[in-house]
Amino acid sequence: MTSETYTLSVNGNNYQVVDGHPSESLLWVLRERLELSGSKNACEEGECGSCTVLVDGKILCSCLILAETAVGREITTIEGLGSDAEISDVQKAFVDAGAVQCGFCTPGLIVTIEHLLKEDPNPDELTVREAISGNLCRCTGYGRILEAVRIASKNLTLQSKEEENQ
Amino acid sequence: MGVIIAKSVNEACAVLAENPATTVLAGGTDLMVQANRGAHSLESVLDLSRIPELKKWTLQDGEILLGAGVSYTDLAETQLAELIPALAQAARTVGSPQIRNAGTIGGNLATASPAGDTIPVLVAMDAILQLKSSTDNREVPITEFVTGVKTNVLKSGEIIESIRIPVFEGPQEFLKVGTRNAMVISVVSLALVTDYLEKKLRVGVGSVSPVPFRATAAEEFISQEFDWEDKGHLSEKIINKFSELVANSIKPIDDHRGTADYRKHAVGVLAKRALERVCVSERS
Repeated sequence: MTSETYTLSVNGNNYQVVDGHPSESLLWVLRERLELSGSKNACEEGECGSCTVLVDGKILCSCLILAETAVGREITTIEGLGSDAEISDVQKAFVDAGAVQCGFCTPGLIVTIEHLLKEDPNPDELTVREAISGNLCRCTGYGRILEAVRIASKNLTLQSKEEENQ
Repeated sequence: MGVIIAKSVNEACAVLAENPATTVLAGGTDLMVQANRGAHSLESVLDLSRIPELKKWTLQDGEILLGAGVSYTDLAETQLAELIPALAQAARTVGSPQIRNAGTIGGNLATASPAGDTIPVLVAMDAILQLKSSTDNREVPITEFVTGVKTNVLKSGEIIESIRIPVFEGPQEFLKVGTRNAMVISVVSLALVTDYLEKKLRVGVGSVSPVPFRATAAEEFISQEFDWEDKGHLSEKIINKFSELVANSIKPIDDHRGTADYRKHAVGVLAKRALERVCVSERS
């Protein structure tokens, strides 16, 4: 069996993966080898979006990425958003809207929504619904998730206005 | 040999020539599902996702030369969507934003699933695939490329380099039926392409047979009946006849996604809807 050693750049840090097997998905390597368990594993077929990460600025299902093919790419996981001292605006909005129930879909949704708001700080509801169509939530019925996006979007707009005024 | 990330088509072909048993990886949206289930061991992988030439497309002499590595997201971008709208519509129905960022047109073709969403569009448009190996280049029409359920004519050591797609003048539609909008596998799909220059309507049907095909009897009928001067007007009777001919062109099977009867009914509805939209979009 082939054994692979390679380096992945995750959230700005280099991680060495030692004795990897070529079949391992990025999700598996993140969770089991790098102890970054924020990305969740549910379907392992790209259906649920709970493993969503950013790779070179694009949202992708980490379960569908062969880990070693991500060498040289910049990977951002839920652990890379916000900081230990302060959670991100989208994370805060999820708390404020009560958009977290069981919490399993939350990391994937937050990565997707952070990316959406970076591209389009003030999206209409249809845009939001399409943007999160690859992230399944079986608790909330999406109402509070949509509310969280509205709150985050409003706060971002306010912040950018304040920055303009300064 | 583990994982090799090819940087050029030539490098990829050289690697394949030396290691013919290597698994070729494009967007990973099919292959990784198999690997995660343990159904496909990936001891040796050739990754095509970082070959810049495969991600490009050009327009020349009324024809698009589309790199096999172009993603569904890129297919739906404005410029391509204006030139080949049915393909953009098909790309936009695939999976979710995450899947559309990863999956490629070349991967859709190589996987050759009967439900592959881009295939009925390419069939309707008479697209031609350019295949390449370290020793050979050849062109294969899409209808000859897919040979059955998940089988194709790719030889050992060969990859899909690009797809030649004619640009047609006139409106186009791609429609599919599934259980919902996002993350859905087609139960029936249909592409309708008008060709004002040749005065022909082209119909590709997917998900109802091992290989997507052209509904030729329906095409001949509607190409005759279509008002090529006014371009918009068609009577109810003609639209219904067209729908019936498309429905009669398929011999679907019962499976877990739908019954043969349902598919026959649904393809007729799609044919009618696509034709009405093609007329409407011309009028508006």
